[in-house]
Formats: sequence, C-alpha cells, structure tokens
Amino acid sequence: MSERILLSARELDFYYGTAQALRKICLDVPQGRVTALIGPSGCGKSTFLRCMNRMNDLIPGARAEGSLTFHGREIYGRGRDVTQLRRQIGMVFQKPNLFPMSIYDNVAYGPRLHGVRRREALDETVERSLRAAAIWEEVKNRLRRPALGLSGGQQQRLCIARALAVEPEVLLLDEATSALDPISAARIEALLGELKSRYTLVLVTHNMQQAARVSDRTAFFLNGELVEAGPTDRLFSMPRDRRTEEYLTGRFG
Amino acid sequence: MLRRRIRSALARGLLWLGALAVAALLLSVAGYVCVRGLPGLSWQFLTGQESALRGTEGILPAVVNTLFVIMVSLAVVLPVGVGAAVYLTEYAGSRRLVGVIDFAAGVLSGIPSILYAMLGVLLFCDRLGLRRTLLAGSMTLAIMTLPTVLRTTRESLRAAPASYREGALGLGAGKWPMIRSVVLPASVDGVVTGCILAAGRVVGETAVLLYTAGLSTAMQDFSGLRAAARASGATLSTVLYVYAKERADFTAAFAVATVLLAVAALLNAAAAAAGRRLRRV
Amino acid sequence: MERRREKAVETLFFLCALTAAALLLLIAAFLISSGLPAIQEIGLRNFLLGRIWDSANGEHPRFGILPLLLSSVYGAAGALVLGLPLGLLTALFLAKAAPRRLAAAIRALVRLLAGIPSVVCGLVGMTVLVPLLRERLDLPAGDGLLAAVVVLAVMVLPPVIEVSEDALAAVPRSYEEASLALGATEEETWLHVSLPAAGSGVAAAAALGAGRAVGEAMAVLMVAGNAANMPAPLRSVRLLTSGIAMELSYAAAGSLRQRALYSIALVLFVVILLINALLYFAQRGGRRPC
Repeated sequence: MSERILLSARELDFYYGTAQALRKICLDVPQGRVTALIGPSGCGKSTFLRCMNRMNDLIPGARAEGSLTFHGREIYGRGRDVTQLRRQIGMVFQKPNLFPMSIYDNVAYGPRLHGVRRREALDETVERSLRAAAIWEEVKNRLRRPALGLSGGQQQRLCIARALAVEPEVLLLDEATSALDPISAARIEALLGELKSRYTLVLVTHNMQQAARVSDRTAFFLNGELVEAGPTDRLFSMPRDRRTEEYLTGRFG
Repeated sequence: MLRRRIRSALARGLLWLGALAVAALLLSVAGYVCVRGLPGLSWQFLTGQESALRGTEGILPAVVNTLFVIMVSLAVVLPVGVGAAVYLTEYAGSRRLVGVIDFAAGVLSGIPSILYAMLGVLLFCDRLGLRRTLLAGSMTLAIMTLPTVLRTTRESLRAAPASYREGALGLGAGKWPMIRSVVLPASVDGVVTGCILAAGRVVGETAVLLYTAGLSTAMQDFSGLRAAARASGATLSTVLYVYAKERADFTAAFAVATVLLAVAALLNAAAAAAGRRLRRV
Repeated sequence: MERRREKAVETLFFLCALTAAALLLLIAAFLISSGLPAIQEIGLRNFLLGRIWDSANGEHPRFGILPLLLSSVYGAAGALVLGLPLGLLTALFLAKAAPRRLAAAIRALVRLLAGIPSVVCGLVGMTVLVPLLRERLDLPAGDGLLAAVVVLAVMVLPPVIEVSEDALAAVPRSYEEASLALGATEEETWLHVSLPAAGSGVAAAAALGAGRAVGEAMAVLMVAGNAANMPAPLRSVRLLTSGIAMELSYAAAGSLRQRALYSIALVLFVVILLINALLYFAQRGGRRPC
C-alpha cells in the first residue's frame, strides 16, 4: 500500500491543565481515505480530533506535547498560522451550528472571509458547495431564507456545505450524525461516501456500525491511549488486542 | 492572508484602546471627584449642621433626610412590588394580564424622572395636600422604584425550583402557606437586591426631590409621626445641586459628591454580597 | 375559613399587580389631561413648530418648543454617536478579548459609574468640561449643546456597556466555534458572528441609551446653558427636560405657563414611547430573513 500520509501523530500527549487526556498517540491518517476514531466516552477520540485543527486552543490550560504533523509540518509548531490550518482542515460539529443568517450567507461566510468578493464567484462557490453536500435541490429556491428554519438533518448538511466552501483538504466530523434522526443520519452517511473521493475524512463516532460502513481505517481509543489502529475490515473481523475485541463485542462502553 | 492578519491585529488593538480609554475616562471621573472632594470632607462636615451664625458647614441634616426618604419609599414600594411579583409568578392565570403588566412596568422604568417630579408635584404636593415634604418625595420615589423591585423579585421567584412548590403542595399545604413558607424564603436574595437597587435610585435621584421634597438644609424634626410627615428638606443629591448651582460652593459640592460615590460603591458591594449580579436596567 | 383566606390573599396580590398597570394609566391620563389643553390653546402648530420659547414674557408669552425638541434630539443623537461605538467596543472587549482580571476590574468601575447620581456627572461637567471648552475654543461661555452631549455620552456609557455585554456573552459558543473552524481569526469571529448575533441586544442597548439621554434633566441643566436657542454645537441650549426643570418651581399654579410645562412633559413622554416602539419593531424586524 503506497498511501501518502497526510496527518501523522508521534508520541502525542495532550493535557487539559494537569489532567492528561492523550498518552503517546501514534497514528497516521492517509490521504483520500476515511479514518474513523472509535471508543467509549471520554477515551480521548474527540480530543485527538480537535488537536488536528487546534480547536482545543480555545480551552484555557490546554497544551500538547510530542509531534503532530500535517503535510509534514508541525501543527503545534511555533509560528504556525492557525487560521490557515483551519481553512485546510475543516470541521463539522456534533450539533448543527449554523449562524443566524440566511442559507446563502452561511455558505458564503468562509469564502468572504478569505477574500472572495465578486458576486459571481461567490454564487458559484455557494452552488458548488451546496451540490457537493447534496442539499442544493432542497434549498436552491430559498437561499435568502434564514438557515435556522431548516430541519436538523438539512442544517447538518448545510454545515458540511459551509465547511466545503473554503475548499479544505481534510474534513473532521465530530459525531456529526449523533444528534440526528436515523433517516437524516443515513443521508449524511451516504454523503460521506461521495465526499471521500475528493477529501480526506476523519470522523469520530459512537456508532460502530457507522464506522464499519463508512471508514477505510479505524482507530480504537481507550482511556486516552490508542489501543489499536488498522484497516477497518481487519480490525472489525480480527482485532489484535483483547480490549478492542471486548469493545466491539459490546462488553463495555 | 497577511492583510487579514494585519486587520485582525488592528481590530484587537482598537478593542484594547477603546476599552482602556473608556476605563480611563470613567476612572478619571471618579478620581477627580475624590481628589476635589476629599479635602472638604471631615468628621465635622459629615456630622455637623450648617450655620451662618457660627460659620459652620455640615450635611448631617441631608444624611438624615436621605435615610428617611429611603426608609419611607422602601416601606411603601416593598409590599406592593413583592406582592405584584408574587401574583405574576404564582397566581396569574392569564398570559394577557402578565403581558400587560410587564409592558406597563417596562414603560414605567423608562419614564424620565422629571416626569415623575411633575406627577409628584401635582398629585402628592397639591392634590393630596402633602405640600413640599420628604413624605411627598418618598411617595413619588416609591412609584418610580416599583418596576425595579417588581423585576428583581420576579426574577428570583422564577428561579425558585418548581420542585419546592410541588413538594410543599404535595404535603397538603395551601397555596398561600406554600408561598410564605417555601417560595418567598427562596427568593429573599431578589427582594434584597431589589431593595438595594431601589435605595440606589433614591440616593441618586435629584429631579424628583428638588421639586417635591424641599430644599431646606436645616435639621428637621422627626420626633413624632406628625412632625415627620411635615418634614421638608434636601437630601444629599439635592444638597449637592444647591451647593453647585445656586451657591457655587464647589468644595462642599465635591465633598458631597465623594460621599455619594462612596455610597454607590457600598451599595454595589452590598448587592454583590446579596449574591446577584447588579443590573440597573 | 381556609378557602376565604386563600381568596383574600390572592385578591390582595392581584391588587398589587394591578398597581403597576394602574400607575402607567394614571401617568398617561395625568399627562394628557394636563398637557393637552395648553396645546389646544396655543395651537399644535405654534407649539410644536414655534421657534421661540418666551414663557415669562408677561404681555406676549410665546410657547414654541421646537428649539427644546430639537436640542433634545440632537443632544441624544450626539450622545449616542459618541457613546454607542465606545460602549460597544468596551462591551466586546469585556465579553471576548479582555483577560479575566482586567475585565472584572473594568466591570466594577462601569457599575460604580452606573450608580453615581446624575448631579455628580453634572458637577464634573460644570467644573471641568465647561471651563475647558471655554478656554480651548475661546468662547464667552463653555456651557451649551456640546458640553451636554459629552456629559450625556459619558452617562449613557455604563448602561450601554452592561446591556450589550450581556447580549454578547449570551451568543452561543457554537457560533463562534463554527466561525473559527472555518479559518476565521478571533477578531473576525467577534465582528462578523458575535456582534450580529447579539444584534437585538445591541439595539436594546442603543434604545436604552437614547431613552436615558433624552430623559436626563439634572446633568443637562447644569451644563447646557439653558437659553432656549435653536440648537447649534456651541450655543447655549435648553432641552425638553431642562425646559421643564427650569420653570417647574416658578410657574404659577393653573397659569398657561404651568400648563404649557405639562404639554412639554407630554411631548417628552411621546418621545420616550417612540423610542421604545422603534426598539420593539427593530427587534421584530431583526428576526425576519436577512
């Protein structure tokens, strides 16, 4: 397998104040694949996800040690431009968090921020992003209506469109379907299948079936440590670690 | 990207600059008052009386008048304000009525004090024959502070957990015993905060008292109910206005201003101690 | 017995609650009944658009409140133009950018200033600002519209800061996270997401500030000069509030002069109601599609 490694963690430790949330994590995220992070609540999978675009910076007292690189460059390196990083590594949150603006303005928010001013260029980006997120047909006639009037599932797809509009390379999904009804969740899953041809996806999920269906590689976290990582098929059929097996067979968590 | 970074840095700089400028402005107002006022402050000034004959200055009568006005207006506004709050949170069945009273309280709290002054002059001083007395001023201020007491009490009544109420009612307590024994005690902080805020407004109010309560700086007679009802005189803020505008005695005016500043600081501390964030609006 | 007492208590509380509504009615009735007759006597046009207020003139009193009305409007507008941006900057700083300790210190200061009586502001204006304007601008007198605007701007700062900071602090964290995750800087996030999301709170702050500025009497009385001129920045002016305050003690009971004061009060009341109505509609409009 000659895959390019896009994100790579080596001996990564992470602390919230004095509490250690991650211990010596070593994990590679290959380009153009879907990587799923699974594990029980509080195992560190979300913390690890939020290290990749440094959303953890917002928490006072949070700090990282060890190495975490994107395209070979340290994410926590000195002088790293966090806004540039977050532009390249987009994120979709557990609950849809659209701005109280119109549908159009939500999607155009990122491009505008990054200097796109021309009307036609914006229109085009908005349409392309909405199509990519499989929601264009549903909203094309009401782009000027408030985004918060959409259903939960639509809102989450709009969040994905908003993230795609800044043309990221990686999309991080933090339990992006857990707050949705099963039908909406299924639509998002299907969407992820389409997106993986163009983007590198990293998703955190509580739902093992989802991880099995969607991802190419899976990493299992427990108590802040990475227990096991590998191709999803192999990990789900022949886990090497006893703890992984116990988790997959539902013995805990 | 560079342009955005520069712009962001500029924006942050502007925030710091603006906020520090505002802070410096407010600090210099308070500081200036203290610097000009402290030299004129003395124990004698606080506890003495004005006398042209003996050439002494003193604001004791104003302090006493202020306390009197605070007590009387609170005594009037508290039962009504708390009662109204209890009705709105515990009894009111119709949303419509609650809406109307909310609206009325909102408008009342936005009415300029000079309008309350006119109301006081017409209603209490003339119509009800109280003349220009501290009593007339206190009644007017009771009206003015009603929205404040109503709002803070209501906020804390609302915050009292429903489980308290259910618990008491479940034990077979009637509604009023339930309110008296469970709900009101749980919202004492709101009532106290309301009192402190209302006292703050009373201490700070000048326009109303200037026209309804009189301007005398001599000690009044509070020896009996009847005498107290006829007492007429200036409170601290009125005295400040008289010193500044009519006598151009700025040393005394700033001394009084310093006292008022200290009172405001004290009331703020008291409200913080009452466990709630002090909001005047 | 038990039932009777319950009923009596409820009635008592009901009466208390009714008091608030009754008081508003009382005030409105009192302003209309004592304010309208003088307006009828003077003529609405002459009253509202008359440019000369000369109520003390024994033979030919004139009761035009246009100078007072405009001075009030300019005074409040000026105070907002100065106070609102500064107040918003400060609120944004306190809610988002400030180190915790510094924010707490500034908040305490703002609260202290919110608590000091308006006569104290007037006093400082009289003794610092007015002489300063007189000397710097080489005027015969420093009191006038400009001095009033500056004093009012300082006075509206605390309420504007408190209300808009509350609104900014109430913006859901998730909005800001979403913006940051799209590669916005913190500053861009505050400006483009937090501030618009707090829009109705900011409008409330502006309306509150406008109401305070229009309604303030004592501080204005001390620094505005109080001549009933048509407003100009450096001219001595009389506002609606100070116009009432000037003459409330002098006007003889029942005279047209006194009744005209109640007409001014009625106009002031209407202005305050208008500000509140504007706020109401602004907030409702803000929730509609952008």
